[in-house]
Amino acid sequence: MSNIIEIKNLYFSYPSDEGSEPVEVLKGVDLTIKEGEFTAILGHNGSGKSTLAKHINGILVPTSGTVTVDGINTADEEKIYDLRCRAGMVFQNPDNQIVSSVVEEDVAFALENLGVPYEEMRRRVDEALKDVNMYDYRLHSPAQLSGGQKQRVAIAGIIAMKPKCIILDEPTAMLDPQGRREVMAVIKRMNRDHGITIVLITHYMDEAAQCGRVVVMDKGRVILDDTPRAVFSQVDKVKAIGLDVPQVTELAWELKKAGFDMPEDIITEEECVSGIMNLFN
Amino acid sequence: MAILETQGLTYVYSEGSPFQKTAVDHVDLKIEEGEMVGVMGHTGSGKSTLIQHFNGLLKPTSGKVLLDGEDIWADKKNIRDVRFKVGLVFQYPEYQIFEETVFKDIAFGPKNMGLDEAEIKKRVLETAHDIGLGEELLERSPFELSGGQKRRVAIAGVMAMNPKVLILDEPTAGLDPAGRDKILSHIKAYHKRMKNTILIVSHSMEDIAGFADKILVMNKSKLFCYDDTEKVFARSEEIAEIGLDVPQITKVFIGLKKQGLDFGKDVYTVEYAKKLILKKLAEKGGAENC
Repeated sequence: MSNIIEIKNLYFSYPSDEGSEPVEVLKGVDLTIKEGEFTAILGHNGSGKSTLAKHINGILVPTSGTVTVDGINTADEEKIYDLRCRAGMVFQNPDNQIVSSVVEEDVAFALENLGVPYEEMRRRVDEALKDVNMYDYRLHSPAQLSGGQKQRVAIAGIIAMKPKCIILDEPTAMLDPQGRREVMAVIKRMNRDHGITIVLITHYMDEAAQCGRVVVMDKGRVILDDTPRAVFSQVDKVKAIGLDVPQVTELAWELKKAGFDMPEDIITEEECVSGIMNLFN
Repeated sequence: MAILETQGLTYVYSEGSPFQKTAVDHVDLKIEEGEMVGVMGHTGSGKSTLIQHFNGLLKPTSGKVLLDGEDIWADKKNIRDVRFKVGLVFQYPEYQIFEETVFKDIAFGPKNMGLDEAEIKKRVLETAHDIGLGEELLERSPFELSGGQKRRVAIAGVMAMNPKVLILDEPTAGLDPAGRDKILSHIKAYHKRMKNTILIVSHSMEDIAGFADKILVMNKSKLFCYDDTEKVFARSEEIAEIGLDVPQITKVFIGLKKQGLDFGKDVYTVEYAKKLILKKLAEKGGAENC
């Protein structure tokens, strides 16, 4: 598989107010993501993970270093529309991303701006709404939807553009458990059935555990980058930077520390149950 | 005596219109003084509508809310007093900050209560300390602070009014694990000093397990249960059914029980899980050595 996102030696500082030093948020990030991968980016507040995400579709451009998405250098202003068709972004707050008063019009918004012909637009909007299970709500007002439903409408708006890659910046942070499950199910399906590359920024370890790869950021650098299993089994290191590991991983680690024979790389409830059963048999 | 009590509390939105909806349906509840209560419920379960009755933001369609044994709506003029006694911190309270300095923002509530300067200063310093805001921050503009610090300023502003009941609606929403633990531990410290009654709305049973003496669960506009934390967690399978998240560790113990390994206890923290398993393993080891 080819690389869709290539980040090389990325440094970024937010411009400073007069008189104060610029704040350096990203300090040399190297990261390559393959087409079709499902990657979670973890890190506490201020670790630079959202800043990194905003570089992928050119909302921010590097202070130094390069970010290339599907062969496009994100700093190339002339190709910014092209870039944003290939890499769509979903933000945390669903209320900040919805512009129309009818669900299907909201999903069509970007397509209208791109001048997609009507028939084609109709087809793509319907497909996208079906993909996120919101087709029945196509004529509703977004104001009457739940947070999880609004977030799925926002995702449909991105899918309708047929992107190769979707970046989601804590899309479930403001949702209740039900809404979180709905949104995660949609994201996973987009990855599995449509082969869309997913970059998911999250605080939820159980969501990260469902991804193929976990990248952990701390103080503007990538400090861990591996499968969820391999990352979470480093309980000490993950906890040291103020993040959690899934409860089952922590329990296995605690039992192991107490001298019992538990696998270190437990990330699911089933594995934990069978690990504990083994101790007693 | 119960500090907060509801009798047949019912609230209907847009009564008489096509959008009529009963959001709270005959809720009877008694919350004792000094308790730390976790409030849970699915979105749309009625929990936000319920808590807005506790300080008189909403007036019951029928039924009563009693504070310290008195109907808060008995005399409309007293409602201002009720709001001093029951402090409500909304979701994302940092958006409500407006003062020039952190000190002034925290002092806003106490000042409106008509307290004198010395008392206001004392309260601001005490609550800033409880919530973990250093004195060096007090003269700064709240808008220069980090998101987590801003949120703590907003919470301190309500705490400084020394309410008899403090209600926080998802105080940890959108925070990372470290920020979440920090806020909860500061609220606990404040509770320890003030010994007042605190209600915290949360979606996370894992968080609630860490602080609550009692849990109130709303489901479909009705009170699903209000009971001791252990007793509510003992119903974890039912709670999962009404769409709430049960801690992962609790699910593991349900799984173990199904496979015939019953610990006879309900588990919702890793620490407790470890203790139980080690104890049982020791018993087993002891038996083998005999």
